[in-house]
Amino acid sequence: MSTKQISVFLENKEGRIRDAIKILGEENINIHALSIADTTKYGILRLIVDDNFKAVQSFEKNNFIVRENDVVIVTVPDEPNGLNSTLEVLNDGKINIEYIYAFSNVKIDEAIVVIRLENIEKAIELFKENGIKVLEQEDIDKL
Amino acid sequence: MIWNEKAECMTHEEKEKLQLRRLQKTVKVAYENVPFYRQKLDDAGVKPEDIKTLKDIEKLPFTTKDDLRATYPFGLFAVPYDDIVEIHASSGTTGKPTVSGYTKKDLDIWGEIIARGLGMAGAEKNWIIQNAYGYGLFTGGFGIHHGAYRFGAMTVPMSAGNTQRQLTNMQDFQSDILTCTPSYAMYLGESLHKAGIPLENINLKAGIFGAEMWTEEMRDKIEETLGLKALNIYGLTEIMGPGVAQECLEQDGIHISDDHFYPEIIDPETGEVLGDDEKGELVLTTLTREGMPVIRFRTKDLTSLMSGDCACGRTTKRMTRITGRSDDMLKIKGVMVFPSQIEKALLTVEGVTPNYQIIVSRPELTDVLEVKVEATKELFSDEVKEMEKVEKKIFDAIRSETGIRAEVIICEPESLPRSEGKAVRVIDERNFE
Repeated sequence: MSTKQISVFLENKEGRIRDAIKILGEENINIHALSIADTTKYGILRLIVDDNFKAVQSFEKNNFIVRENDVVIVTVPDEPNGLNSTLEVLNDGKINIEYIYAFSNVKIDEAIVVIRLENIEKAIELFKENGIKVLEQEDIDKL
Repeated sequence: MIWNEKAECMTHEEKEKLQLRRLQKTVKVAYENVPFYRQKLDDAGVKPEDIKTLKDIEKLPFTTKDDLRATYPFGLFAVPYDDIVEIHASSGTTGKPTVSGYTKKDLDIWGEIIARGLGMAGAEKNWIIQNAYGYGLFTGGFGIHHGAYRFGAMTVPMSAGNTQRQLTNMQDFQSDILTCTPSYAMYLGESLHKAGIPLENINLKAGIFGAEMWTEEMRDKIEETLGLKALNIYGLTEIMGPGVAQECLEQDGIHISDDHFYPEIIDPETGEVLGDDEKGELVLTTLTREGMPVIRFRTKDLTSLMSGDCACGRTTKRMTRITGRSDDMLKIKGVMVFPSQIEKALLTVEGVTPNYQIIVSRPELTDVLEVKVEATKELFSDEVKEMEKVEKKIFDAIRSETGIRAEVIICEPESLPRSEGKAVRVIDERNFE
């Protein structure tokens, strides 16, 4: 099962990241993970939060352009070669990664990795075949 | 119906003879009665008697909006105040307003050309004209009013606004023709549907829409929502008001009443007169106006004169839809570009709204065109690769429309300045001094 990530469009203007984060704070939404893709003209803020629906609504109410999309979230042993063995699975399956970022959480001993790729179903199948733990939405909600 | 068959269907030879006679008289009257024109012609070294053929009009200097402002308010009147019975004025959005004065005969001619337009819309004397152009200094309301009166139709002098009442009267009176600006027609159509009024309840057959630039796409939308034939009417306060030209039901070009107004198309850069079907700036000369004759007025409106005659049987010269104004033309890297071209290109891309800004600068020695577009959900993706695809799509659309490579910048919604009425769409940062 894939999980949802939300992305927010930000202009390259001082204070815009804070403006976006502030909205989540005001709505009491917790951020599990965050990553920013920055270009010379704009940034894309990517977030894993504990309440997607509320987050999207609050952003839209404040005139931000926001989208939800599917990502795969897996756990990776917190040791050398941990991530490599995960990526090898995708490599062997000839699956291209769009972007990837990682975070950790006290409730889980392993590193948590967010992966955006084209063929989500196939990736999840391969991960499961290779004994890699794929987190479901409810696992994320429990963090 | 053709309102005035003799005038609207005369042969081209008859027309040219009439135009020349009237042009000679107009130039003579202006020279003798308007000090401004006497000075202008003297400076150009032209005398009224130098006008021997229609082509000789090219010897005469142009009149510009600045000239009209310099003679504000009544400096171009060619008759004593005793004979002026009505005035109208432009809104003055680009500076001082321009004032137009009319004698009784001028009002008759104005009524005549609007009556021709009603005929072009298929009107009959028992038809009801719902006139939703503003009444006042603006020429729209009174122009249509004078024309409907002359035509003998029943006028409902609504003026603009009061939308609920417009919809009520449309149903209660079963109005046949609606006259207003195209944007108000769009709004009325939307309001009709929002109110849940079925098209069967109204009886509109034609609409005569003008006073602002509009597109074929808008025409389709208006025709669909109001169930009528939407016709384009053209005019300007300086020359007379609405009715200088109008489309007939063929919707194949806008018929200019060229027995009263002599049209030319010029290259806005050089002032050179262009031929039929060549696009340029429309120049108009009044041929019969008493109160305020205007010679070779540069309208700034871009169009072309069409060759050949219309299927409707009228022989009056037709022009194509106005597509822009020569005063908002940008020269970028030596190429002529109009904001309207960029707008057209942008709107071909899914998810782009008409909220955009064009910025021209010259940071080094070459021009840079930046086009800012507000982001929408459709344009946004969490992947930079996809965003770049969207930028490329916009880039390609602008390039194929204008030939220019633009720097496309997607910005946040509602971050571009908005203004009531006329948005600041273009910023030219180049310093040419």
